[in-house]
Amino acid sequence: MAMDPARKRTVRLVAALSAAVVLAAALVYTSFSASSEARSPSQLLSQAEPGKTYQLTGRVVAGYERNGTVTNFRVRDRTGEVSVPVRYEGVLPDPFRAGREVIVDVRKKGGVFVGEKDSLVTKCPSKFTAET
Amino acid sequence: MLVAGKACLILALAVCLYGIGASLYGARTRRREWVASGRRAVYALAGTAAVAFVALEAAFLRSDFSFALVTSHSSTTTPAFYRATAVWSSQEGSLLLWLLLLSLWSSLILFVTRRRLREIAPYATAVLLGLGAFFAAMLVFLESPFDRTVGPLPAEGAGLNPLLRHPSMMIHPPMLYSGYTLFAVPFAFAVGALVARRLNADWIRSTRPFTLGAWFFLGAGIVLGARWSYSELGWGGYWAWDPVENASLMPWLTGTAFLHSVMIQEKRGMLKTWNVSLVLATGVLAVLGTFLVRSGILDSIHAFGASTLGVPFLVLIVAMISGSIWLVSSRAAELRSDHRLDSLLSREAVFLLNNLVLVLLCVAIWWGTFFPLIAEAVTGRRASIGPPWFDRFTVPLTLVLVLLSGIGPLIAWRRATAANLRRNFSRPLAAALAALAIALVAGAGSQPDALIMFVLAGFVLGAVGQELVRGTRARRVMAREPVPLALVSLVRRNRRRYGGYLVHAGMAVLFVGIAASSSFADERDVELVPGQAARVGGYEIEYVRPTADLVAASNGRLERIDFGAEVRVTGDGRSRTLVTERSFFPSAGPMLGPVSRFFEGEATSEVGLDAGLRRDVWVSVAPDTRRLEPRVEEGDEVFAAAEDDLAPAERDALLAEALRGLVRSYADDPPPATFRLLVSPMVTWIWVGALIVFLGGLIALWPSPRAVSRRVTAAYAARVGREARAPV
Repeated sequence: MAMDPARKRTVRLVAALSAAVVLAAALVYTSFSASSEARSPSQLLSQAEPGKTYQLTGRVVAGYERNGTVTNFRVRDRTGEVSVPVRYEGVLPDPFRAGREVIVDVRKKGGVFVGEKDSLVTKCPSKFTAET
Repeated sequence: MLVAGKACLILALAVCLYGIGASLYGARTRRREWVASGRRAVYALAGTAAVAFVALEAAFLRSDFSFALVTSHSSTTTPAFYRATAVWSSQEGSLLLWLLLLSLWSSLILFVTRRRLREIAPYATAVLLGLGAFFAAMLVFLESPFDRTVGPLPAEGAGLNPLLRHPSMMIHPPMLYSGYTLFAVPFAFAVGALVARRLNADWIRSTRPFTLGAWFFLGAGIVLGARWSYSELGWGGYWAWDPVENASLMPWLTGTAFLHSVMIQEKRGMLKTWNVSLVLATGVLAVLGTFLVRSGILDSIHAFGASTLGVPFLVLIVAMISGSIWLVSSRAAELRSDHRLDSLLSREAVFLLNNLVLVLLCVAIWWGTFFPLIAEAVTGRRASIGPPWFDRFTVPLTLVLVLLSGIGPLIAWRRATAANLRRNFSRPLAAALAALAIALVAGAGSQPDALIMFVLAGFVLGAVGQELVRGTRARRVMAREPVPLALVSLVRRNRRRYGGYLVHAGMAVLFVGIAASSSFADERDVELVPGQAARVGGYEIEYVRPTADLVAASNGRLERIDFGAEVRVTGDGRSRTLVTERSFFPSAGPMLGPVSRFFEGEATSEVGLDAGLRRDVWVSVAPDTRRLEPRVEEGDEVFAAAEDDLAPAERDALLAEALRGLVRSYADDPPPATFRLLVSPMVTWIWVGALIVFLGGLIALWPSPRAVSRRVTAAYAARVGREARAPV
């Protein structure tokens, strides 16, 4: 039996709108649950759930140690002395030095924070362009 | 020159403001001479912008350090080719390039339509000049490219960011900007059509080459960016869901949707609201794209810009969005469809679905791109989401899209019958099954997403192949032409259709490359000393010997230090040598010593690549420079102590000698180096697929001989009409 056109249109509109709502909910839910929050070392030290990814920002402490492709280093607060241990496997970005500001996605595993692959970024102190 | 350039920009702004007034006044009072004057203002804008751009370009080429912009973005050690491109590595230069391209495209469309679209064109002129005025005002008041260097004239500039010293960077930004500015044309004419309430398909037909051109250039820019990332950034990937990549992809997606849905409007008079909304959204997204690159509001490797542009750009975007919404909602009555959808089994329905998927893709990417800002607004904490989140949405949507790109060309308009389905789908389905068999034999069964993509690509290629064969066969019978000639004339006579089919085939090939390389790549990071080897993806890769070089620019000044490695790749029954290098460019930081500045600046990768249709072997090296650190520090101290006693030339010669010693010590006693080794199947298919897509795009863009003759006939008919009516 054929539906009358007005009703058909309403049905289509409702279907389209509910699909849009479902998609919007999926976007909101998945993005918030998959996101990694930005944290400083002291924030991370006071509270970090194991298994969740955080975006750690801070400065590299002098005296890091490199063993094959694995680097163990500590990241401290931008201003302050609190630091957390980080284990990172892979190629280090070139201007990686003590005192340099870095951003790295980490997950807590035991007492250390393990860096995610390719997530380590150094912030250059002297940008190539004059405007910084 | 500085004053002349600045004067050009002020003139450009004045011309824009005048032209807006003249066009609107001419449209109101229906006085053609004012409309024509407004159009000429666009030509004048193109002229002034071109003069300003040439002046700036000339200053870069002759390294005129009295230009602050040249000092901060170029240097005498930068090769001439890259000095020319350094213009648009700067904020100011790229805004000027935007203005220039916008004015050129605007002049072209207004010249082409000077005798058509009389009601629409004046409003479109005003919109285009409005955008021009915005950029001209930014260049005059906020980001002047013609500022004088403060203080004494420097002997040397900071140089072009070495990451941008790559051939594709010469054309990548102008391509992207051409795409963005070309999308302003259909945007402006859509606004004009809405304001003038002339909402048939005329404006769509007249601006189609520009929409297609925008789609073409933006797509080419995106692919060039991917290629650059693959060969220059040293991480082995070609796409990272970086905000700036996303910014260029979003208008491309909505533009693609628009190119499809306008066909329904032309054929059936449906979807008018949808079409104007799409094209308005595309225009807004194009400006948003420029904004994302240039404002630096989202952290990105690309976002070179300062934040002074944030507020004006936001005002522009909000004005564009609210104006668009008001125009569309106040013209709802005129936008009513002439027909309704007959059946869900029809080409219209497939197009509609394809549009929905493209828009959904765009929405998901938009959400992910702006998520850091959204999260900060909601939770008060900055947060980010990575590529896996994007993949979760884009992979399934892309699979659906590829499927639809195969169904679209096969299914009938209005209502498909069972006979139509049987006749058109059996062979492409057989091709899909063949692709499934090949993929399973090749061992692709472990990755369901990739497997589905291979099958769908087989289906699309089968569909396109079938249409080409059928058309050629029909033409051969009808016109009695031999097969190759029949194929050529078939495509020539239906450029849009077969160009489009070729685009579908190219996209299928491209996605096969993406699916294969992202699902089946073997990657390892290893530390090696010379003589040592590592295995990856069935290949043995041996670090043969280190390479080290101090490179001077053509004028004798030191440009960079290259540390690299020669590696031997053995596998597939043959062995070849690749060279990969890391180049260290000196930093311009004033606090750094003369030696250490070479190790504190930017560095770029020169990837060792053995590309093939079946797989790429990709090698990059990260030399360990820590062993050199004591010598670097020592060098800094020596030069700091002797600074006052040495003449500059003497000092440069000694510095070169010291650096040469450093370089030699690296080669003589190489420390272990970290390598990234990557064996990635079918990456080449991405570039080949993109080439097919662009070939198809070119075919669709090329004006067909019939259209030209139609235009000539129409002009002739119009003249006859005028003369017939003229009093004798």
